[in-house]
Amino acid sequence: MSAPTLRVEDLSTQFFTKAGLVKAVDGVSFSVEPGEIMGLVGESGSGKSVTGYSVLGLVDEPGRVVGGRILFKGEDLAAKSPEQRRELRGSRIAAVFQDPLMTLNPVLKVETQMVEAIQAHGRVSRAEARRRCVAALGRVGIPAAEERLSAYPHQFSGGMRQRVCIAIALLNRPDLIIADEPTTALDVTIQAQILHEMRSLCSGSGTSLIWISHDLSVVAGLADQIAVMYAGRIVERGPVGELLERPAHPYTRGLIRSVPANSRRGGSLYQIPGMTPSLVGLGEGCAFRERCDRADGACLSTPPEFDVGGGRTHRCFHPYEGRHTND
Amino acid sequence: MSSSHGTRPAAALRRPRFRERPFGRAMAEYWESPSAVAAFAVTLLVILAALLASWISPQDPYDLAKLDLMDSVLAPMEEGASGRAYALGTDEQGRDMLSAILYGLRISLSVGIMSTVIAFAVGASLGILAAYRGGRFDAILMRVVDLQLSFPALLIALVLLVVLGQGISKITLALVIVHWAYFARSARGSALAERNREYVEAARALRLSDARIVFIHILPNTLPSLIVIATTMVARAISTESTLSFLGIGLPITEPSLGLLISNGFRFLLSGKYWISFYPGVALVVAIIAINVMGDRLRDVLNPRLKR
Amino acid sequence: MSVFIARRLLQSIALVLVMSMLVFLGVFAIGDPINTLVHPDATEAERQAIVEHFGLDRPLYEQYGRFLANAARGDLGRSFRFDEPTLSLIAQRVPATLELAFAALLLTVLVGIPLGLYAGLHPDAASSKLILGVSAFGFSVPTFWLGLMMVMVFSVRLGWLPSSGRGATVELLGVPVSFLTWDGLKHMLLPAINLAFFKLSLIIRLARAGTQEVVMSDYVKYARAKGLRPWRIVFVHVLKNVLVPITTVLGLEFGRTIAFAVVTETIFAWPGMGKLVIDSINVLDRPVIVAYLLLIVVMFIAINLVVDILYSVLDPRVDLEAQR
Repeated sequence: MSAPTLRVEDLSTQFFTKAGLVKAVDGVSFSVEPGEIMGLVGESGSGKSVTGYSVLGLVDEPGRVVGGRILFKGEDLAAKSPEQRRELRGSRIAAVFQDPLMTLNPVLKVETQMVEAIQAHGRVSRAEARRRCVAALGRVGIPAAEERLSAYPHQFSGGMRQRVCIAIALLNRPDLIIADEPTTALDVTIQAQILHEMRSLCSGSGTSLIWISHDLSVVAGLADQIAVMYAGRIVERGPVGELLERPAHPYTRGLIRSVPANSRRGGSLYQIPGMTPSLVGLGEGCAFRERCDRADGACLSTPPEFDVGGGRTHRCFHPYEGRHTND
Repeated sequence: MSSSHGTRPAAALRRPRFRERPFGRAMAEYWESPSAVAAFAVTLLVILAALLASWISPQDPYDLAKLDLMDSVLAPMEEGASGRAYALGTDEQGRDMLSAILYGLRISLSVGIMSTVIAFAVGASLGILAAYRGGRFDAILMRVVDLQLSFPALLIALVLLVVLGQGISKITLALVIVHWAYFARSARGSALAERNREYVEAARALRLSDARIVFIHILPNTLPSLIVIATTMVARAISTESTLSFLGIGLPITEPSLGLLISNGFRFLLSGKYWISFYPGVALVVAIIAINVMGDRLRDVLNPRLKR
Repeated sequence: MSVFIARRLLQSIALVLVMSMLVFLGVFAIGDPINTLVHPDATEAERQAIVEHFGLDRPLYEQYGRFLANAARGDLGRSFRFDEPTLSLIAQRVPATLELAFAALLLTVLVGIPLGLYAGLHPDAASSKLILGVSAFGFSVPTFWLGLMMVMVFSVRLGWLPSSGRGATVELLGVPVSFLTWDGLKHMLLPAINLAFFKLSLIIRLARAGTQEVVMSDYVKYARAKGLRPWRIVFVHVLKNVLVPITTVLGLEFGRTIAFAVVTETIFAWPGMGKLVIDSINVLDRPVIVAYLLLIVVMFIAINLVVDILYSVLDPRVDLEAQR
């Protein structure tokens, strides 16, 4: 069997802020196979974006990757020089960011921003690069791609801009795309279109995809595998159907219950009690215990990752077993 | 219950102490920067030196009877024919430069501060009035402000002095005309933002008098940014006055500000006698830098937009 | 675009009219117009001729009309001192001032933007703090005193550079210029640095603040995620965004440069129009002053127009048509 596209082992990324040490990512492990789509779900501040940035090598001061290994196609990224990592970024590992209004440079033409992404990774003539840009724009469903190339970002709608970003990610036929909340800023209808397109693009090309989102319902319809993050740790991970049907971790269960489609019509929407803990100086123990009705003395120590087979792991001393129901 | 419990409602109702109010907090924060503290000390020293010029100067530099022509153009600490030495040298009339600088500082500072105070009063009043009244008055005033701010202050002041003539009151007037627009623009901006707040609406609904609304509610909220501008403007006014005096169109020879002293030393400079221009300039630059550092720090602590 | 330019041109013409009225009122109506235009030593007959020429015995509005009509024909009176039409007198001095101003602007751009960019990219470096210190100094020190000190150090003490005049000039398209001769360049260096210093400090601040802001932006992070080389990120993605506000400021500063040339030209005896106007003020050669003022007004309005157009070219989001 060939190596997975990405294998992350015990990754830790910390921010050394004035207010104190923030363990944004704390012992995260997962792997993504070629052509596989992994949904990385969590609320804001859970460390899901920092996980993505750590893989890309884009964690900025005062943050630093302090531990663990990131293996891309079997090679340890930490052993690579900054120049080698730059060569990987955008060619082998591409990224799509959250807010399409902010990610494209406002003063450069779309053509410039696309062509440079190709030319940063190889000697390609401008004409050839342009041809590839037009093809990529066509693939993400932008009409009249040839003309649109010479437009500026502000002349596109939000949804179109995100398509441009996806086209840029596809330009160099990457092995892995990390998409950080790419549809959050968009209308629901456009979101659905983009989800559909991403899925077919990935399955067609064997590209792996990590889809970072706070919205479980978005990921549910897209991913093959889901990892749920809470306060810097992956609290539960597994194949999408299994995980949604038989969530083991109380937090996952809470998330599933709070998806509106899972509530009875007219019934009140479920809310996980309590608030997300502050990550500044977070101590030992399960970070969810304050909000969990199953917590007891055992939860004062940090739960390890329990491998329960079938590609499933969780970090809970008192996991749910059996099917999840809504009441 | 315990007494600490009993006092709590009273504590909540009392007027907050100075340090607890935003302005007070900003002022307390000011002292956290060593350079800002130093700048304040230097500014205070400069002002004191100017105020006490006639007491602390070794010589009355404009009493011709006290000047000894035999001592003209002496280098610093060089002993003259009269057997006296001058800390910063003398000019061509045998005038002690240190004394001339202290007296010059007095003129430069008073022009800078006076013009800023008047420009502040005029500009802030017009700006607040424009914000409060709105309509045509506002539109016209802001047109004038924009127009004026698009021309360099030095040039406008130069034109005014050509028309008005020389003198302390003339240059003060010119500086007021040049600088009022900055205050007007800022005051109007913050007053406009304040005017649309709920509590001003409420005050209006209560039919409080316009004067009361302006003075109690609007004016205090425009003050922080106006204070920052005022600090910068004092420095700019001093600089502009000295420049105009250097060019020979600011103050007459009978009112020698620092700029005029420097101008006077220009021709000696070319023969290597640097001190007549150098030391007044040092005094000028020290004063301006100190005021500007204060202004920068005030801007940092008073502008909540820049703070995270 | 053309609609915008046409509209702005019309506005500009209206503004020139308003400003000319202000200048007219300021110098002709408030001051004594006869003293303004007539040489103090003039005979009664000469006096009469001038009163006639400008219609100083006529009502104010008619005088203004005549003033405008004369101005439109390029007649802004004659200099007392040189007995030449003021306009041609000034026109002779314009190249020297423009040359100096452009040199200062070039220095500002070539030195200020890289330094500001560097300080913005490496905010904690000791060299960045030094750059900021110099910029803070340049912000406070009056131009004229700095000029004197430069003369003192580089001309008097070290004897490296001349302290006055333009040096040798050669004709370029019929206009004498200094920058094409070695001697002229040497003469230009000190005044150009002197004139540039304040602007340099300003641009360093702006470029630094702009860089720090842009570096934090999503689109720079995205540019890194695309795997662009660092130089491309800095010189294309960061610099181009930093340049947008700087261009506007530089354009407006160009006007200020011409105004402050008054000071620099006086110190370095640079034969431009700034020195001409100060000399004219000192001998009360008022027609020259009036002509200078009108020219400056026109120049400023033109600069503002050019800056607006440049701005739209640099920032594609600015839609000129949509503006008033």
